[in-house]
Order: sequence, then C-alpha cells, then structure tokens
Amino acid sequence: MTDLAVRTDGLGKTFGRQRAVADLDLAVPRGSVYGFLGPNGSGKTTTIRMLLGLTSATSGTIEVLGGDMPDRARDVLPRVGALVEGPAFYPFLSGRANLVRLDSGDRRAPGSTRKDRVASALERVGLGHAADKKAHAYSLGMKQRLGIAAALLMPRDLLVLDEPSNGLDPQGTREVRGLIRSLADDGTTVLVSSHLLAEVEQMCTHIGVMSAGRLLTQGTLDDLRALGTHRVRLLTPDTGLARDVLARLGLLPEAGSARVEAELTVQGLAPESIVAALVAAGVRVRGFEVAGASLEDRFVDLTGEGFDVAG
Amino acid sequence: MSPAEPFPPDVGTAAEAPRSARRGSGLALLGSEVVVLFRRVRTIALLSALALIPILLAVAVRVTNDDASSQGGGGPAFLGDITQNGLFVSLTALTVAIPLFLPLTVGVVAGDTIAGEASLGTLRYLLVTPVGRVRLLLVKYAGAALFCLVGTLVVVVVGAIAGAALFPVGPVTLLSGQTIGLGDYAGRMLLMALYVTISLLGLSAVGLFASTLTSVPVGAMAATIVLSTVAQIVDALPQLEFLDPWLFTHYWLGFADLLRDPVSWSNFADNAVLQAGYIAVFGALALGRFTTKDILS
Repeated sequence: MTDLAVRTDGLGKTFGRQRAVADLDLAVPRGSVYGFLGPNGSGKTTTIRMLLGLTSATSGTIEVLGGDMPDRARDVLPRVGALVEGPAFYPFLSGRANLVRLDSGDRRAPGSTRKDRVASALERVGLGHAADKKAHAYSLGMKQRLGIAAALLMPRDLLVLDEPSNGLDPQGTREVRGLIRSLADDGTTVLVSSHLLAEVEQMCTHIGVMSAGRLLTQGTLDDLRALGTHRVRLLTPDTGLARDVLARLGLLPEAGSARVEAELTVQGLAPESIVAALVAAGVRVRGFEVAGASLEDRFVDLTGEGFDVAG
Repeated sequence: MSPAEPFPPDVGTAAEAPRSARRGSGLALLGSEVVVLFRRVRTIALLSALALIPILLAVAVRVTNDDASSQGGGGPAFLGDITQNGLFVSLTALTVAIPLFLPLTVGVVAGDTIAGEASLGTLRYLLVTPVGRVRLLLVKYAGAALFCLVGTLVVVVVGAIAGAALFPVGPVTLLSGQTIGLGDYAGRMLLMALYVTISLLGLSAVGLFASTLTSVPVGAMAATIVLSTVAQIVDALPQLEFLDPWLFTHYWLGFADLLRDPVSWSNFADNAVLQAGYIAVFGALALGRFTTKDILS
C-alpha cells in the first residue's frame, strides 16, 4: 500500500469503559491534504496520538509512511512533523532555544546545520523577529506558529497538524493555509484536523468525517460534495395535486400543511422542468426552492450535531 | 516492494537525506538537558539555597564565637571545631544539609524529570521528535544525578570559601588522631562529596519513578521528599531496626569514616551497593511504567 501515507485498519481505543475510537479505517493518500473533520470530542486527537505512537491502540493496526506504528517509530517519526493538541513549550526558554531543544532530540538531525534550520523554520512561520523572546511572552497565535515551525525543522514526508489555526487571527489563519498549500505543493502529505468545515474546505483535497469515535465517511472533497442530495421545497395550497405531479416525475414527496418537500433523487431532472410540470398541472406554486446541500449540511447530517458539541 | 525495503527511495523529499545520514550519538539531547536544567531559574534558586547553608552556618558561629567553642557537645557534628579550623565548615554544612535540604532539592529535580515535561506538554513533542522513551529516561536520570553532584559540591566549595574567609585555616586533625595537610584534606573533601552524591542517587531513582506516575510535578516532588523523610524516621526507630540495611537513607551520614587514616571504605562500599540496588529496582519500575504509558498530557 505505498500509495497511502497513513493507513489504519480497525483501529480502536478504549479508555476504561469509554470507547474513544472504534473501527477506524483511515486512508490518507500520499500527496494529499487530508482534512480530518469532526466535532470536538469526536476522537480526532486520540487517533492522532495513536498514529504518532503516543498512545497505544486497543485494537487494530496502524501504518504510517509504510512502517507499522508504533513498532517502527524510530524510522517513521523522523519523517513526520507534528502539532498535537496545541503547541507546548518551555516557557522559560526563547522560541529559538525551544526549537534547538527539540531538534537536539532528533538523532538524525545534524547538529552542524541546527542553527540554520532553526532560523529558517522561524522565518518560514514569520517568527524571525520574535525568535529570542521567551516563549511565555508569546501570544497564542505565536505559540501556534512556533509549534508549526517545530514540525518544519527537518524535511518531512508527512505533517500531522492538529487544529493548526486555533488561536490565530484571520490573517494568521490565511497564512497557515498558504503554508500548508506550499508544503503540499512540495509533495508533503498533510493530515490536518479541524472542527471547522470552512477551513478544511478551503485547503483540503481529501476529507474524513469523524463523529463519536467513528469515521462516517472519507474521500475526495468532490466525492463528499456529490454525495449531498439537493432538496426541493414547494409552497402551495394544492398539496395533493403537487404530490401526484412530483411522484409522476419519480420523486418521493413528503407533504406538510401548505408545502411539499422531496429529495432531488432523479439524475438529470432540472428544477425548472419540475416547476413547468407543476404549473402545467395547475398547481398554484407560491414558492419554490432548491436547498443546495452544502458541505456544512452534509457534515451536520453525518454527525447529527452542530460544530461545538462534545460527542 | 520487497519486505526488507519498507521505505522506497522514491516516495518523497525527506526519505533520502535522513536515511543516508548516520544517526547521532544522542549526546546532543544530554547537552540540551543539562543546559535547560542548570539555566533554569528554579535550579539556580535551589543551588543558591544550598549555598546559603554553609554561609549561614559560618556567620552564625563567627558571631557567637565563644558559645560555640565552649559548648562543644550541642549542635551538629564538627560545629565546635569550626572556630579552630575554618575547613570544618564544609563538613558541618554537609551534615546539616543531608537529612533535609539536599533531599529536598533532589526531590524537586528528580520529581520534575518526566512529570514536568508532561505538565508543560513538551513530553509529547519530545516523544514524536522522536526521542525514544528509554533514551529520555536515561538522559533525565543523568541530569538529576548531575544535579546531586553539583548540589553537593556547592555546599562543600562554598563551605570551604566561607570557612577560609571567617576562620583560621590549618592542617586538619583526623578522627583517628593523625594530622593531614590542606592538599590531602581537599582530596578527602572531594571523596566525601562523591559519597554524598552517591547517597542521593537512590533517592533520584525513586523520584524518577514517581515522576513517571503523574503529570503533576509537585505530586512527584512531594512523594519523593516524603519518602526520604519516612526512610529516615524508620531508620531512627529501634523497633524497625531490621529494616535499616535496606533503607536508602541508612548510610547518608556515614561519610565521616572518610576522615580516618587509613580510610575506612566499608560504609562507602555498602552505600554504593545499596544505592545501585535502588537505581536498579526503581529504574526498572520507571522503565516499565514509562515505556508502556499512554501519553495523554
């Protein structure tokens, strides 16, 4: 399976009696920007911790960059840059010293180039001017950038970024998005988790939706969009007649008082031809709407929840 | 792709460089650990507190000169000898520092090793760097052991300076009656510092283990310090005498034997064996715990 940067098979994690993650079959293609989407508490971070070998899996197998985790962690992890559950630093060290500290832990990172690599990682996230400030004086956004810089100390094949734009202002969010795109253009696979659909929609090629510890769907962004069915909503006093017309067109209408709704399940059936058929049959059309299935609707449909509900 | 070649060379930019580069020795992390530990304000404060012990002691004896020399029996060992020879300040300060102050500072440093990283959240970043868990424990323990040595040396060296500044300095009379010169005495003091450092290694291993149990550093520190106090109390209870040879605190005050001629090495050897036992047992416990732990901090 060399075409997958991350593959899990039946991955599960149980804390005591609580199942945090169950039956997860994640497939992150190489070179993709994979949006790992789900409400807070849906098991995204737990999954990421297992991918990185921080937490052991209760069941299932994990393969990252072709190596089993956590058994091959020594070979796999140097090629992975990660931001896990928020950045974390020694508050009494400067941003630069923090990166030097982390880099000196990597046995494959040559000490001779350490200074230069740290400096260029800081520049890349726009922290060059604040490099020698103590980390405790950093704003949340700066810490977030420093966390991303830490992931960029060495060339990586895979970046795992857990909620990378948390705490960033709109400008910072845009910059992070741009950074992720430029990394992806260089061929790095990026697995980015988020509870914000809009963010994922803007930068990802692939998407996986988690809810309550399960992966509900995954695929390319276009696949997921196509999955969404449109809905026809008709306002009319002639509900009975309208139902008959819609049923003749092959739809399955549901009538309420003064309105009729139906999923637009017939391929190639244009909304305007529905209206034409209705009018021709003498239905008094007082309102007609095609509710586009936005990704957001799909997301809420799938998870059955809003964005900020713990599941 | 053959099974022996799990990482095909054509998969990406990072694959080639790190694979061809030879792995470093891992000493860089140890260096970084030492720098981070000893440049930290807290560590400097702990060492300053240790330095205050001989200074306070010397000043107090100097100010109340007559009382100290006439009483002789009261106060810690060697206290009465200070007025005759300033070099005894180090020895007295060590005697004062061993039951409480040194274990206190060692408890703080050893208890902080893993739990401190966990509470900051830096533990997860070190582990994904990746720093192997065994390597991290070894580096952390080495840092704590180095602190034991530095803390002890601070007491000894500051004691010697304070003693020389406030009192006359001369040849030292040993417990066995002979008199030795300054150079010989300096060697014996270093030997005593080594003895005290070794004495604290068992406690450091206990602290390291405690530190793997929690992500609240204060908890691990308190547990370590409480244990050292409990061990000393048990050591002092005649009813629990049978436990004495097994207590890591049992030989803590035995360094005075190094002030005999010829040097009596039995305490030194027994102490070293005992501390090695504690390092082995609690080191193994720490390894067992830490290598299987879910890092959720």
